[in-house]
Amino acid sequence: MLTKRASLKLATAFAALMVAGSAQAAEKLRLLTWADYAPADIVQQFTKETGIEVEITLSNNEEMISKLRATQGAGFDLVQPSQDRIAGPQQEFGIYKPLDLAKLKSDLFIASMLEATKKNTTLGGKVYGVPHIWGTDGLVVNTKAAPAVADYNDLCAPAVAGKASFRAKRPTLIAFAFANGMDPFASYGDAKAYAAMMDKVGAKLAECKKNVKFFWDGKDQLLNALRTGEVVAAMAWDTGGWKLNSENPEIKFIAPRSGALGWIDTFAIPAKGRNDDAAYKWINFNMRPEIAAKVAAAAGNFTASNGADKLMQGKLKEQFAESFPKAAIDNIKWYPAVPAGIEEIEGKVLDRLKAGS
Amino acid sequence: MTTAQRLTLFLMMAPAILWLGVLIVLPHVEILILSFSERVAPRVYQFGFGNYLEFFTEPLYWRTFARTAIMSILVTAITLVLAFPIALYIARVAQGRVKAMLLLLCLLPFWVSELVRTLGWMMLLRETGIISYMLRMTGLADQPVELLYNDGAVILGLVYGGLLFMIVPLANALESLDPSVVEAGYDLGGSRWTVLRRIVVPHAMPGIVAGSIIVFMLTVGNFATPVLLGGKNGLWFTEQIYAQFITRFNWPQGAAFGMLLLLLSSAIVWAGLRLTRQGLGTTLRQA
Amino acid sequence: MASSNDLDIVRVTKQFGAHFAVNDVTFSVAPGEFFSILGPSGCGKTTLMRMIAGFENPTSGDIRIRDKSMIGVPANRRPVNMVFQSLALFPMMSVGENVAYGMTCRGVGRAEADERATRMLERVGLKGFGDRQVTALSGGQRQRVAIARCLVLEPTLVLLDEPLGALDLKLREHMKIELKQLQGTFNTTFAYITHDQSEALVMSDRIAVMNQGRFEQVGNPRELYHNPGTPFVASFVGETNRWQGAVSAGSNGAVTVRLPSGVSLHGQGQAVAGDALCFARPEAIALASDAAGLSALSNRFEGRVSAVLFDGANSSLLIDTPGFGQPVRAVLPQAGALAGINVGAPIHLGWSSDAMKVFAA
Repeated sequence: MLTKRASLKLATAFAALMVAGSAQAAEKLRLLTWADYAPADIVQQFTKETGIEVEITLSNNEEMISKLRATQGAGFDLVQPSQDRIAGPQQEFGIYKPLDLAKLKSDLFIASMLEATKKNTTLGGKVYGVPHIWGTDGLVVNTKAAPAVADYNDLCAPAVAGKASFRAKRPTLIAFAFANGMDPFASYGDAKAYAAMMDKVGAKLAECKKNVKFFWDGKDQLLNALRTGEVVAAMAWDTGGWKLNSENPEIKFIAPRSGALGWIDTFAIPAKGRNDDAAYKWINFNMRPEIAAKVAAAAGNFTASNGADKLMQGKLKEQFAESFPKAAIDNIKWYPAVPAGIEEIEGKVLDRLKAGS
Repeated sequence: MTTAQRLTLFLMMAPAILWLGVLIVLPHVEILILSFSERVAPRVYQFGFGNYLEFFTEPLYWRTFARTAIMSILVTAITLVLAFPIALYIARVAQGRVKAMLLLLCLLPFWVSELVRTLGWMMLLRETGIISYMLRMTGLADQPVELLYNDGAVILGLVYGGLLFMIVPLANALESLDPSVVEAGYDLGGSRWTVLRRIVVPHAMPGIVAGSIIVFMLTVGNFATPVLLGGKNGLWFTEQIYAQFITRFNWPQGAAFGMLLLLLSSAIVWAGLRLTRQGLGTTLRQA
Repeated sequence: MASSNDLDIVRVTKQFGAHFAVNDVTFSVAPGEFFSILGPSGCGKTTLMRMIAGFENPTSGDIRIRDKSMIGVPANRRPVNMVFQSLALFPMMSVGENVAYGMTCRGVGRAEADERATRMLERVGLKGFGDRQVTALSGGQRQRVAIARCLVLEPTLVLLDEPLGALDLKLREHMKIELKQLQGTFNTTFAYITHDQSEALVMSDRIAVMNQGRFEQVGNPRELYHNPGTPFVASFVGETNRWQGAVSAGSNGAVTVRLPSGVSLHGQGQAVAGDALCFARPEAIALASDAAGLSALSNRFEGRVSAVLFDGANSSLLIDTPGFGQPVRAVLPQAGALAGINVGAPIHLGWSSDAMKVFAA
């Protein structure tokens, strides 16, 4: 039996918890995002300015969509999928709600990038995403151990046998399609032609598989292997390459001859998000040049914030300049929105690639 | 039975029924229903067997399936062969504190998560890992050796993870063997091998079957070990399910694969029970 | 030196640390003999048997079967088979398989082994039991399977480790006789260990009484019973009255012992001085309603019945007798004037000096 005093204490504690709980519920932003996109000092500053706590869950494109699909768009107030992965899943599962562009300060965005993203994420006349961070997929190469690697196809060369790596994911298919003279984006609308193209790419990759040490999955796994020299050339994100470059100048991020793949991660609001106001506040806060510059520095990528590039630190700029001569920038292949059904085709090719030995 | 008694019985059973119903039966029913739905257009699904048909017509899937089953059986067999002498030692030779210590030693790896255990193996087996280093130091290899990312590494990891679950039911079964029965086996002229084959193994059969079922189930349903240690070739059927659910967003296909995996493991367990002429009841008691 | 014995135990010692489980034991068992080792639990008899079977190795000494040393021969190569205390039937095999097991181990073909097993089961009265599960048998039937399993191998020697221990009294009485008969029919040499003196006395040709790792006395049941060589044998084998006193006179085997109460007893023994132990069997105590009936006995007393322990032919009286610390136990004849005696009745008792054995304490 509880004494009267103890039960009183317990009741008080319980009541306090309830109050705290409800207060938190009203002032919380549940953010589903990528690693490094919400550094702690930025979150602190946001909470200080707005009184809103930010609860962060880290994920990747596929898991973001799966999580939202499982709950039909509940559980998070703001998510950050890549721009090409919004329209398709939205059409299929209805997991986002349209953005109220009036609540966003559009002059904070780089105008061309905002327009391109809006166009790619529009469905039924409504816009579902605005840009945040962008970057590229290309080659991270240990230039001393593998000086000859300049394009995706070079990962399959005997010179790097057993020491190459890429992901068993769709960017790899796209990259190798371009590298082998095809244009996958042009076939997005034609499922049959796209399937035929992917079969060809799949055959090329199957041939290449003997060269692959492992299909990397987590960024850290790959970076570790590059550091130790177990892997000397990989298809990977620019940010990882530059990070290693700062540690070891011999490792460089190279824009491949057939073109780096350009991606843009966005802000999108889940269909059953409970705190849209906080979401818009977070977006506007994050697009302020001084904030965006800090986030971009933390992520090692670039931001869609207008004017943030002027505030960025020198090192990354230099690395970018080294990796991307003018022609390479023009050659970046930006992902168009992925139509529904395309991923089905790619999935099978990837499954075959993983299963075959 | 009076009404009051019936009510009491019902109330006492309620948690168990709830547990079974909510956590086991309901999800499976939902998955079963899901597995029979086919996408015809965005957000439009209809009833059909297409997801199962896909499995049988696409060699990729049933090959992965068969590979998973065969490797799981292999892992179970290796685990059994390794666990038997250990269990025999724990049950029949070790006494008191030593016995407790040995069981604890078997349990120790399970104090850390499966992920950490698997990462531990990666540290050991990778090209720049300890074993490769030792091989070079001792002159057995002249360059770094990659021991990771092959079926052997997967089997190693799975056997390691299954060992405890084999040892415990085996030791349990062997402990109940009257020492004089073993002595009688020798006394009447049996060699070590005869005694093992005709007395010890038959006696331990319920434990062998129980341990094998547990290890097989754990192995077939494992995800992290094949993914991490198998690298580019270690495709496990659970990865297919994961891929369908998470990266392909194709829940009905994933659900169909899930049901097929359930059927596969049930069929193999059933076959195992029939083959060894063990009842499910005695086996469960042993486990 | 050639031996015609089935078993020769030569100065066998088994040491566990500082403890001598078996201490310098020597004996022989002749072919066809039923030899028992009788002793309390912990006396070393089980260790001795396990050494003969081959489950333990002696620390020193030799174990010879048909004049062949068994030292270093593993259990499964010895021409010796054992019936275990728990019987140790193989529960995973049928009755027939249990019996055939040993033969298949020796390379006898399956068909022949089955046939011989069937015949053996017939001989021990288990015809048609071959396909039964051993768990479906009664205690006595299991016993017979355990023995059949050994006998079918025609061993030189069958060892039996208290096989009747687990049976209830009635069945145990029955099995004693059956075992003895089986041994006679098969004419196999049996070495039997037990802590139950009645089992040993009933079945054995010869008995060794074992105590604290040593043999106290080896002899046939009558010798042990009537002429125990040591106080331990006297008290362990059969019921007996036991008194302690001091020798007051002794010559040529005739000894007089004075009890602490001052009562003098006359008996037979080698003790000549000092403390002494006296033993007299209950059946050697003569009873009479008056002193005249006992006048020929050298020890005569008067007492009062304190308890009547009725057990049919084994009934006895406890008699409170002045001068004795405990009641004297005497067999109550089931016929005659005293058959109906009750507690409290006065009674005269006495025994001859031949009936009382005196040992130095």
